[in-house]
Amino acid sequence: MRLKLEKRPAPSTFMLIATPIASVLLTMLIGVIVFDAIGIDGQRAVVDIFLTPILASYKWQDVAVKAAPLIIIALGLSIGNRAQIWNIGAEGQYVLGALCAAGVGIAAGPTGGPFTLILMILAGIIGGAAWAAIPALLKTRWDVNEILTSLMLTYVSFQVLGYLVGGPWKDPNGRNFPATAPLPEGLTLPILFPGSTVHLGVAIALILPFVFWLLMSKSVFGFQIRVVGSAPHAARHGGFDAKQTIWMALLIGGGMAGLAGALEFTGSLKAVNLGFPSGYGFTAIIVAFLGRLNPIGCLIAGVVLAITYVGGQVAQTTVHIPNSTAGIFQAMMLFFILASDILIRYRVRFIPNKPANSTEARA
Amino acid sequence: MQTPPRLDLSGITKRFPGVLANDQVSFAVRPGEIHALLGENGAGKSTLVKMIYGIMQPDAGEIRWNGQRITIANPKAARKLGIGMVFQHFSLFEAMTVLENIALGMDSKIPARDLEAKIIAVMQQYGLKLEPHRIVSTLSVGERQRIEIVRALLLNPNLLIMDEPTSVLTPQEVEQLFIVLRQLAKEGCSILYISHKLHEIKALCDTATILRGGKLVDTCDPAKETSRSMAEKMIGGSLKDIQRTEGRALGTAKLTVQGLNIAKDGPFGVALKDISFSVKAGEIFGIAGVAGNGQNTLLLALSGETSSTSPDAIQIDGTRVAQLTAKQRRLAGMASVPEERNGHAAVPDFSLSDNAILTARDRMGMVSGGMVNARSARTYAGEVIAAFSVKATGPAAMADSLSGGNLQKFIMGREIMQKPQVLVVSQPTWGVDAGAAAAIHQALVDLAATGSAIVVISQDLDELLSLCDTLAVINEGRLSKPMPVPGANIEEIGLLMGGIHGDPQSSEHNAELAHAS
Repeated sequence: MRLKLEKRPAPSTFMLIATPIASVLLTMLIGVIVFDAIGIDGQRAVVDIFLTPILASYKWQDVAVKAAPLIIIALGLSIGNRAQIWNIGAEGQYVLGALCAAGVGIAAGPTGGPFTLILMILAGIIGGAAWAAIPALLKTRWDVNEILTSLMLTYVSFQVLGYLVGGPWKDPNGRNFPATAPLPEGLTLPILFPGSTVHLGVAIALILPFVFWLLMSKSVFGFQIRVVGSAPHAARHGGFDAKQTIWMALLIGGGMAGLAGALEFTGSLKAVNLGFPSGYGFTAIIVAFLGRLNPIGCLIAGVVLAITYVGGQVAQTTVHIPNSTAGIFQAMMLFFILASDILIRYRVRFIPNKPANSTEARA
Repeated sequence: MQTPPRLDLSGITKRFPGVLANDQVSFAVRPGEIHALLGENGAGKSTLVKMIYGIMQPDAGEIRWNGQRITIANPKAARKLGIGMVFQHFSLFEAMTVLENIALGMDSKIPARDLEAKIIAVMQQYGLKLEPHRIVSTLSVGERQRIEIVRALLLNPNLLIMDEPTSVLTPQEVEQLFIVLRQLAKEGCSILYISHKLHEIKALCDTATILRGGKLVDTCDPAKETSRSMAEKMIGGSLKDIQRTEGRALGTAKLTVQGLNIAKDGPFGVALKDISFSVKAGEIFGIAGVAGNGQNTLLLALSGETSSTSPDAIQIDGTRVAQLTAKQRRLAGMASVPEERNGHAAVPDFSLSDNAILTARDRMGMVSGGMVNARSARTYAGEVIAAFSVKATGPAAMADSLSGGNLQKFIMGREIMQKPQVLVVSQPTWGVDAGAAAAIHQALVDLAATGSAIVVISQDLDELLSLCDTLAVINEGRLSKPMPVPGANIEEIGLLMGGIHGDPQSSEHNAELAHAS
């Protein structure tokens, strides 16, 4: 008996949808086994991480607020990944987006209103895009690998953050903590449901996937991104400019990350401190792949990953496992989704061993 | 007692998901016989040969070698039996020498000096000219093929499989190859010769086995058949001749190329040097040449995928287009079809409808306000499928689900139905079966009859001679003087194609001539 991979005549739509779901289920199963093996109630841990946030209605707002930045960043990244441009520095672009929004807010002073708020959000988009423009310039001019530059710029962004919140932008009325002053009431995002933490950013994260879906499936730009990713020579033959595609993919990825940063700042945290980068930019890479680089898929995957974030906190108090356990589950999901990718284009066949009825080759 | 055949296949069957690649194929190759394996693309020749060389195993049927039933587990076992193979696509490392390349392909380790002596002995025995210490990247395609042949001959094969060996050779190189093959056969080595060039098979082979749709159609004596009768067996129908309207007159110059220079792209690229020619309305202009002499660079320069330094170098109807982008040139009336179908002319994992959008979106009005009109793309793809009898399930079929010939018909149709003023095509029938090739040729002739100017770049001299009004030869990035096809001297064309290559002295000599002129 041996295994054989056989190319399918056409990519399987069933596998396209089934593999992300199977990846989540497998992650849960392996989680139970591993935790049981190290003496922790595995079943309880997995239920708390994956199911409690869905079953307990008071956790829903946490899931929504955590899902919003993941979805928005993943939408931008999925465009780049479709074009085979690998921006893994969304975390840095997210930080820059928040910093630019904060900068506009500080410059406007405490009297700003909705107009200033809109300016802050636009500044966030521009800041994130500008941070991603550096890898774009390096890639198009000198063919520098964008994976390295975008990742390294993330650490640069942390230094910029540290300098600004610990220096020029430090809250003068604070207790000497490295943090900006809390945003005045007029500069925070409106809350959608009174008494909850669900802010306008959540609504934006619900609408954007449909805008991106329209862009990717119906527009010439979406077509360009798909051709460049699938067959770069054919794209050139079709009259699409490779450099322009690199620029657009990175600017959109950076702009979305910057938007997420600005929304997180004005909607949830209301101040920027050293703890602002919380890994959304990296987790969004998992969201993009789990969502199969499809905008609507990103929406669903963003919610799933947000559940593991919230569930990780639940499990922390119930079965006393570290919060970073959620990270292990997220990584496992990415591992399974990437490993199962091959099933879309190939099928596995079991081939029974042939009976040895003929002699081997003789010289 | 009669000696058993060298190779005897009976009832060989191989099934892939959705296709029966070989269905009960049986034939035999005698010692010293040159046996042709003939068939259209997708007829199952490659699959059959892969089973003989041990790359695949048959699902049913048996292989006998010198009368004994055997299983050929892998290519190493095949080589041990004495089966050698020269593939259509060479597996050579460009940056290494001839000797190093041969040493890498040997199953057993032989000291370099012994190997060199053996190589020289083999080359002398068969009159193969090759310098063991030359770097492969400096060699012509014909010389590269000789490396593969020497590599196979070092094993003292009893059966040599040649897969489309002449598709990249000049007429003179083909003659040299035939001398070697005939000598080998005389010494008792059997040769399985895969080709679709029928006059070569008539000139070289003792027997021809014809496959169609995985089934054996006939085993015949090529000397007693005509090229036409074999072609008709191959395609299973009657072959149409190209229909031309008699006495057509050519119009004014539509495409003018004047002093086109393109720098070479990468260490193994070819630069274009001072290319000048012009193509009149209604004219089919052929560019012959051995692969790797600048054909690709020329196609990219004409289609707009690379831009020229001089704005005057390329003109369409007097409009200077040499610095326009591919998209702008298309709008100016120029369409092009590059040689590579998969990943260049078409996107393999896109539907035919999406592949129509790739190059026809602007001329056929598939775009408005930045959005693609999917319905008009589907309609256009459907029209191309119908007009060019493309065998596909419909506009939603993936490009890579089509056979090479059908995809090529679709690509040609996609460009031709945009009614371009100028059409530049490279290798329009490369790897395409005879039926599809005839359809493509007819479509080109019909397009020219409507007053378009057509440039056909091809390595297949027969194709150019039957199709073109005018012919020029490209060699090392330079284009020869155009000559009218009626009355063209094949000997001269062959010399132009291969003259500079292979012999460094004549290369220098020609370069001097070119500088002097």
